[in-house]
Amino acid sequence: MYWDPENECMNREDLEQLQLERLEATLNRVYLNVPFYHRKFKELDIDPDSIRSLADIRRLPFTTKNDLRDNYPYGLFAVPLREVVRIHASSGTTGMSTVVGYTKNDIKTWSNLVARVLTAGGVTKDDVVQIAFGYSLFTGGFGLHYGAERVGASVIPISSGNTARQIKIMQDFKTTALVCTPSYAMLIADTIHEMGININSLSLKYGLFGAEPWSETMRQEIQDKLKIIATDNYGLSEVMGPGVAGECMERNGLHINEDHFFVELINPETLEPVLPGEVGELVITTLTKEAFPVIRFRTRDLTRLIPDPCPCGRKTLRMQRVMGRTDDMLIIRGVNVFPSQIENVLMSIEGTEPHYQIVVDRKGALDDVTVMVEVSESIFFDEMKKQHELIETIKKRLSSELNISVNVKIVEKKSLERSEGKAKRVIDNRKL
Amino acid sequence: MLRIKNLDAGYGKLKVLRRISMHVSAGEIVTIIGANGAGKTTLLGAISGLLRNRTGEILFEKKVIQHLSPEKIVFMGCSLVPEGRQVFSTMSVKENLLLGAYVQHRRDRRHDAHQDLDRMYSLFPRLREREQQLAGTLSGGEQQMLAIARALMAKPKLIMMDEPSMGLAPLIVRDIFAIIRKLREEGNTVLLVEQNAKVALGIADRGYVIETGRIILQGQADDLLSNRDVQRAYLGRDLDAEVKLS
Repeated sequence: MYWDPENECMNREDLEQLQLERLEATLNRVYLNVPFYHRKFKELDIDPDSIRSLADIRRLPFTTKNDLRDNYPYGLFAVPLREVVRIHASSGTTGMSTVVGYTKNDIKTWSNLVARVLTAGGVTKDDVVQIAFGYSLFTGGFGLHYGAERVGASVIPISSGNTARQIKIMQDFKTTALVCTPSYAMLIADTIHEMGININSLSLKYGLFGAEPWSETMRQEIQDKLKIIATDNYGLSEVMGPGVAGECMERNGLHINEDHFFVELINPETLEPVLPGEVGELVITTLTKEAFPVIRFRTRDLTRLIPDPCPCGRKTLRMQRVMGRTDDMLIIRGVNVFPSQIENVLMSIEGTEPHYQIVVDRKGALDDVTVMVEVSESIFFDEMKKQHELIETIKKRLSSELNISVNVKIVEKKSLERSEGKAKRVIDNRKL
Repeated sequence: MLRIKNLDAGYGKLKVLRRISMHVSAGEIVTIIGANGAGKTTLLGAISGLLRNRTGEILFEKKVIQHLSPEKIVFMGCSLVPEGRQVFSTMSVKENLLLGAYVQHRRDRRHDAHQDLDRMYSLFPRLREREQQLAGTLSGGEQQMLAIARALMAKPKLIMMDEPSMGLAPLIVRDIFAIIRKLREEGNTVLLVEQNAKVALGIADRGYVIETGRIILQGQADDLLSNRDVQRAYLGRDLDAEVKLS
């Protein structure tokens, strides 16, 4: 099922022509209307008229989160405020929030792009969609809400939090699709099991999860526990919000809405493009945004591009699920470590629960990492020998995956703090 | 059908168009809107080969055409209805139409243009009534119909029209645009240049907004209609005044 087959299945040649047209028009607009870009291009002696191919985009400067902060709140808007019909702000996962705006057309485009993602994830007008993302300055709630309405589904704007009520609504309203963060989906799943509710008595079929990195094993677990098809979707408020990319039923990479977003992958240190297939930082240029276009925005999200055609028939490039953020990346004793790597190992081991925390300390001159992981009750109250065995297994697997040794502590179920939004996985106590 | 990449064009040292990239797919009506002097007519001149001073890439049906002469370009199936009609005023309506069949004649010497004439007369009944009349004696609207019909006599794959509404009364404009819509229904592809943005966006599938020789906006026609920049600049609505009134 496609929402917009013409654009989702467009051949490469037509797509590249469209991208070029839109890139050039966007550059003309930002040069004309956004003093920040005008100044920056002038300083670097870049004539926007000289950008004549998609490859030429590499000559343009990057835009960073700091540029957005420096222009807080409205400095980067390309239209006067009276043409802006909606204002959102980034969720502030890292640092101060940044402000973005939408024109009437932007909202329309956004709704349609989210509709593509929802359709790819199985949602149709016959579905009852429970949106458990916060309805706030954060783009998740409203973004998915408008997209789901565009599809024609029955939308339950429950917002995040109050898990017991989420489950009650899910039962009473016969929710068929759940939209939230993967960690919250897990919490809901666990709560359902604890309440002793038979999962078969629910009507859930699909789960569309995003806004934080998660792992394949976590997907399996959510799918098994909730008996749904769970897909990943990606977006960020600085670029638009949800709707940038989303998985199809193949569940093997997220289709990027390339007719609206031009993507590049760079090495975050050298800023050079990575080789095909390599992991890099995602850089996005918006091609159609009116109120808040961004040129070469460094997302800090790390992923890999999948060029192979997808059996679903969409011809758009896919990106692998986001592995982490460049700023989530922990450098431990000189080794790059992503929380998602640790998560993958933990989830593959029998007896562990999908809740964990990574605590980094500095002891003397050395970094010291402790992974705290919840384990099932049977193990926690089991004999010491079994606990030791489990700890040793986790340690061994982690050190072979990460190439560094870490401490492992097992903790009782539900002793780690739960999150109703984005999970806090890393506590870095180092004063660097 | 038509694909343009990074077209620059101008007159002598004067650069009018800068880095124009656009496309028209088969069966579409695409409109180019912009203020007077933005470069709309120059763009059509560059595509049709009338303007030689151009660089960039123009592909018509996947063939490069920017080095070809206007005759060759028409022969390939890309016809222009010029600004201000430019019918041959001292020739009759029928003679004007038959001149348009010249290309068909070149394609096939045995081609019978009279069948095409009948087709034009059924599309534009007014022209049948005026068949023997000198083109110069027609009204503005009739001359515009004649110019369109003359271009259609060449059986073009793409028909480009430069300001077909210019100088015409609103009722006549409505007729002309009804004809353009009908042409599309019959499978024609139309590239329409207009200052009258509202009417043009009303019948078009997509549009490009050109400002001082550059494309600053592109998109679905109804999206452009609701863009406030387009409304203010090309639809003649003074939004600021409207705000004050309320």
